[in-house]
Amino acid sequence: MSATDANDTKATSDLAASLNSGEKGLKGFLRATEVDTRMLGMVAALALIWLGFHLYGAIVNGFGAFLTPRNLWNLSVQTSSIAVMATGMVLIIVTRHIDLSVGSMLGFVAMIMGVTQVWVLPELVGLGSWVIWPVTVVVGIVCGALIGAFQGFLIAYLAIPAFIVTLGGLLIWRGSAYLIARGETIAPLDETFSLIGGGPYGTIGATGSWIVGILVCIAILVGLYMSRQQRIRFGFATRPMWAEYLIAGVSVVLVLGSVMVMNSYYWPKGIVRRYIEANGLTVDPSEVFISYGFAIPVLIALSVGLAMTFLATRTRFGRYVFAIGGNPEAAELAGINTKKMTLLIFALMGALVGISAVIASARLKSATLALGQLDELYVIAAAVIGGTSFAGGIGTIYGAILGALVMQSLQSGMVLIGFDAAIQSMVVGAVLVMAVYLDTIYRKNSA
Amino acid sequence: METADIVTHGKDGPSTNPHEGETPLVEMRDISIAFGGIKAVDHASCDLYPGEVVGLLGHNGAGKSTLIKILSGAYPRDGGQIFVDGKEATIANPRDAKTYGIETIYQTLALADNVDAAANLYLGRELLTRWGTLDDAAMEAETRKVMARLNPNFTRFKDPVKQLSGGQRQSVAIARAIHFNARILIMDEPTAALGPAETEQVGQLIHQLKKDGIGIFLISHDIHDVFDLADRVTVMKNGQIVGSALTKDVTKDEVLGMIILGKCPPAAIPGPGALQD
Repeated sequence: MSATDANDTKATSDLAASLNSGEKGLKGFLRATEVDTRMLGMVAALALIWLGFHLYGAIVNGFGAFLTPRNLWNLSVQTSSIAVMATGMVLIIVTRHIDLSVGSMLGFVAMIMGVTQVWVLPELVGLGSWVIWPVTVVVGIVCGALIGAFQGFLIAYLAIPAFIVTLGGLLIWRGSAYLIARGETIAPLDETFSLIGGGPYGTIGATGSWIVGILVCIAILVGLYMSRQQRIRFGFATRPMWAEYLIAGVSVVLVLGSVMVMNSYYWPKGIVRRYIEANGLTVDPSEVFISYGFAIPVLIALSVGLAMTFLATRTRFGRYVFAIGGNPEAAELAGINTKKMTLLIFALMGALVGISAVIASARLKSATLALGQLDELYVIAAAVIGGTSFAGGIGTIYGAILGALVMQSLQSGMVLIGFDAAIQSMVVGAVLVMAVYLDTIYRKNSA
Repeated sequence: METADIVTHGKDGPSTNPHEGETPLVEMRDISIAFGGIKAVDHASCDLYPGEVVGLLGHNGAGKSTLIKILSGAYPRDGGQIFVDGKEATIANPRDAKTYGIETIYQTLALADNVDAAANLYLGRELLTRWGTLDDAAMEAETRKVMARLNPNFTRFKDPVKQLSGGQRQSVAIARAIHFNARILIMDEPTAALGPAETEQVGQLIHQLKKDGIGIFLISHDIHDVFDLADRVTVMKNGQIVGSALTKDVTKDEVLGMIILGKCPPAAIPGPGALQD
């Protein structure tokens, strides 16, 4: 019996392989590379937005400011906070819930962290102690996770709809943020803590960026090789070799290209001068070029994206998230503890809000009352533009990160070419509705 | 009510169950459940022996699906006991039922539509690599083996099950139920959505599983679906057991009388729901 089974398995995979090689043209190409066509569409849209803003600036204002290292670097930093939260929002929306409270939670958690590092910890360990920033970060993430878990508990075990619980949260946490410090802005935050927000010192420089870039390239190549070996081990159809080389080549070029862009943005001369003075050097500031390289928040966002992708696709937890989203009743009948899962998903969302609160407040070097306002809408929009379906069961982490980048690109681009704030929000709103409409059409045709 | 009088039978009274004297694989005793004052199942008792197929019949709303969902752990019961191999079993959720080897193929199939066949087959019991991550390749390889036996025409292992045909989806649900050494199989309207060829396939599968000593509850509102497959029928009406009879002792018309009127023929063992005359 097992011999025939093996033969059958081989026969079907051979069949699949012959089907693959038989197709020609774009369809055959897409099938061979197994590239997600939806993602290709998003990348194309992003390229269009970038080029469009750049050309508009070049033609109308006489200067294309968008595709400059400076703007792209800023764009990467501005996207980080939203991107981190969007990865969590994917899991929430996939399980047919929603979290409207993330923006207020971010403000509240940032306020807690501000108080911790400015009022509480200096009393205990002394001002400027090295333990201040790690303790603050842990406090922020734990605080976020607890709030998320509490909201998740109300949703899962008391069966209050997520929309209502988190709408309540939106009001409650913003109010609580006000109560903590009576609306005061808490500043200045710890020096080391502030590095997490980026800025000239909060980057890893040219050498560091090259090291990160090369490590990522190695990881991509090893990953591609291992997944091919795995498929061969079980006798499944593999991609043709040219497709493997193409994917590897494109990934490496993208990674190293982004390193080069980040490295060709240099510190402003004023900061260089101060740096030279502070270090007692005797060089002419106009001849010194210090690269920014990747900003720390960008690295955090990418790491979170990687970890969340792993969680969503490679672990039981992720499998259950998607199963619950596809059919909650079936998941329950298969023995999945769906209530516990809901609680955990919201707790995870809270922890990610904690990380975003670290990034956002560190970037401003202060905890203000308005921090995170309207973030819930941008986070949800990023996830939805990134292909997460409100019907549940469908969504990807990288899609949400790309979605966050699309949103932020639109906003920065409109600022650069001088659109009014009023028009900016109208455009963002229209793009959101458009994106979901296009997605609906795409799904209808692909199903 | 529970101690219904034994109606005196004529000379063609119920013949003895060939399994008489064995320990039932599963026995449900005095099971009750109410939803907001409506007694969906009212002191129902039934049993199942190894290698036996019991057809659980009744109108829509007779309580058969509810009774069986109590056995599979989907509903918590209000009263009564469940015995597996003669020992009392605690079944509070679907996970508990699975640990007793009770597997269910639901009428809705209960598949997660957005994931592929392997993910559905192993849902809740995923194979893991030594690093604790999902071993998708191993799960797909196993799924290919199972499906090669159950439904050799099945080739769409990468597609979400939403895109499969009714018969293919059914075979995924069946594969899931029998792949983990089920001892007690519950099939809720297994052929309702199938064409004649696929129905025939399910019939063959049931014969095969019977030979392996698996006990099967076959639930249907249509007597024709189960009469040829079942060794015994148990009929429910208004949440109560009308009676139980070996299929060789009764005619389809008599069983129909049990379903519609609650009237027990002499060859059946009447239950509390039997029409008293």
